[in-house]
Amino acid sequence: MNPTIAANPPVATPFFFYGLAAVMVIGGVLVITRKNAVHSALALITTLLAQAALYLMLYAPFVAGVQIILYAGGIMVLFLFVIMLISIERASRERQFNKQWLVGIAAAAALGGLLIAVYTTTSRGRMMFAEGRTSYVESQNTQAVASFLFDRSAGMYMFSFEIASLLLLVAIIGAVVMAKKRI
Amino acid sequence: MHDLVQYIQSYLSSDKTPGAAGNIFWAVVYVLLVFVGLSIAVIAMNWLERKILAHMQVRLGPMRVGPHGLLQPIADALKLLLKEDIIPDEADKVVFWIAPFIVVLAAFTVFVVVPFGPTHAITDMNIGILFMLGVSSLSVLGIVTAGWASNSHYPLIGALRSSAQMVSYEVAMGLAVVSAIMMTSLNESSTGTLSMIGIVQSQLEQHQWFLFKFFPLGIVAFTIFAIAMVAETNRAPFDLPEAESELTAGFHTEYSGFRWSLFFLAEYSAMIAVSSIAVTLWLGGWLRPFPNALNGPTWDLAFSLIPGLTFLFLAGMCFYSTVRMPKHPLFRIQTMGLAGFGALLAAIGLVLFIPAVRVRVGDIFWFSAKVAGFMYLYIWYRGTFPRYRFDQLMKVGWKVLLPIGLALLIVTAAVGMRTELWAQVQGVFQR
Repeated sequence: MNPTIAANPPVATPFFFYGLAAVMVIGGVLVITRKNAVHSALALITTLLAQAALYLMLYAPFVAGVQIILYAGGIMVLFLFVIMLISIERASRERQFNKQWLVGIAAAAALGGLLIAVYTTTSRGRMMFAEGRTSYVESQNTQAVASFLFDRSAGMYMFSFEIASLLLLVAIIGAVVMAKKRI
Repeated sequence: MHDLVQYIQSYLSSDKTPGAAGNIFWAVVYVLLVFVGLSIAVIAMNWLERKILAHMQVRLGPMRVGPHGLLQPIADALKLLLKEDIIPDEADKVVFWIAPFIVVLAAFTVFVVVPFGPTHAITDMNIGILFMLGVSSLSVLGIVTAGWASNSHYPLIGALRSSAQMVSYEVAMGLAVVSAIMMTSLNESSTGTLSMIGIVQSQLEQHQWFLFKFFPLGIVAFTIFAIAMVAETNRAPFDLPEAESELTAGFHTEYSGFRWSLFFLAEYSAMIAVSSIAVTLWLGGWLRPFPNALNGPTWDLAFSLIPGLTFLFLAGMCFYSTVRMPKHPLFRIQTMGLAGFGALLAAIGLVLFIPAVRVRVGDIFWFSAKVAGFMYLYIWYRGTFPRYRFDQLMKVGWKVLLPIGLALLIVTAAVGMRTELWAQVQGVFQR
């Protein structure tokens, strides 16, 4: 499986990129500004779906599919499930924002500085990231991910993969133990 | 102009899906065809469900609107469109508006990758089956938001039940699907595929449907999926989210008119979608029976005549009923209508005998026939099984299907790798 640049040139890339980016930014702003928690959750779902579409633009269909299944289809359903059980009237009478201006400004400045740094270095011709990044042909993406994770010659990330799944297992068992006094 | 014609014609000689060929015109045509076909299938399913359920309960079912109630679904659709569309005062207007559209979008988008034939799919994705599972799992979002936005007790309880049920059964469903996907990797290069077309082609290469592979592992996986898919689509006996006796109509109690009909449309197209996943993964998709054992031009010809013969048989049934119609003048229009319907079916059957049509629609016919079998099963379940209690539902999902699915996954992997495993064991003893 040789990494090759995709044969078909992508269609209307800037158009889709800016559209999806706008959807993501608007969705992200709505998540934190909506008073109603269900509206926030719906905005978050929109953001996550737009993100999945961005992964598709990066020739990573597998990551996009997993993003839809796990985040939009799985985690957000549980979010909504919990939010629905909250009384909206009582929640809206609670304090809505933590007024932490200093930390917020510092974090925003750091992130903005990083973005500006990346933009200026790239526009001056120096790449901040490794150049010659190879993109796999779309029809082999899943197979490429699998061989990168599990193949002995290519990547050998099997151990870290299994460690991560063990961590999740521990979390599940912990949740069961916390929820059930007597098992 | 000439270029345009050439662009349109150039696809006809290719052996790719419009998506793979990058042909936008044919992609749009296929999308429209799938949309129209699905709508007709939902209308037909509506009529068939009422008729078959009625016959199972020794009733006649719809008989008044058109011969044998054939126009009943159209009358129903008209009634729904003309009905007053009520939005409750206390409802969350925006979310109430969006919810049915989420469900319909999720139910229809999955058909982008459904392979009706090696070239008859809108497109073939590398992540086909993941895409189908992911997008169809989005429909639960619509159901949950619909139940919440109604701001009423029954819909909320229905939505809670529905989300719990769908999330639980998605796990067992995913495990069964993974075991089928693992079976695709048993070829020379030992790489599997997630593409819907690739899965069917690997069944053709391995000379058997995955239903019968590693007997009985394939059948067990299929059974888990067949149970989970009924729960995923909220159908009897797992129709707790809309249990009439307890919740009036569950999550869509407050919906009426057009918006209710969207939920109806989405439910039936979701049923067709999960059935086509089952057909693709375990029943050989578009493959006709015995494509390898009974090959050769004679058998090809014999099997390619079956679609036309099926329609001729249905037409014959119509004509038989026409003869049996009461000879009273009041029934004259009905008799003529039924004869006309029979003539339409016969005409379709005759068109399907034309050689150029015959070779192109064979795969679509076999795929649809297999899916239709599942749709009949859905109706049969509804007529047969009593509804589960909620704790029983959870018990079946988490304590029966999930452990069996996990064990199945491990056993399938072990059986698939048996030569490598055996070599490892021998290596240990020789050392």
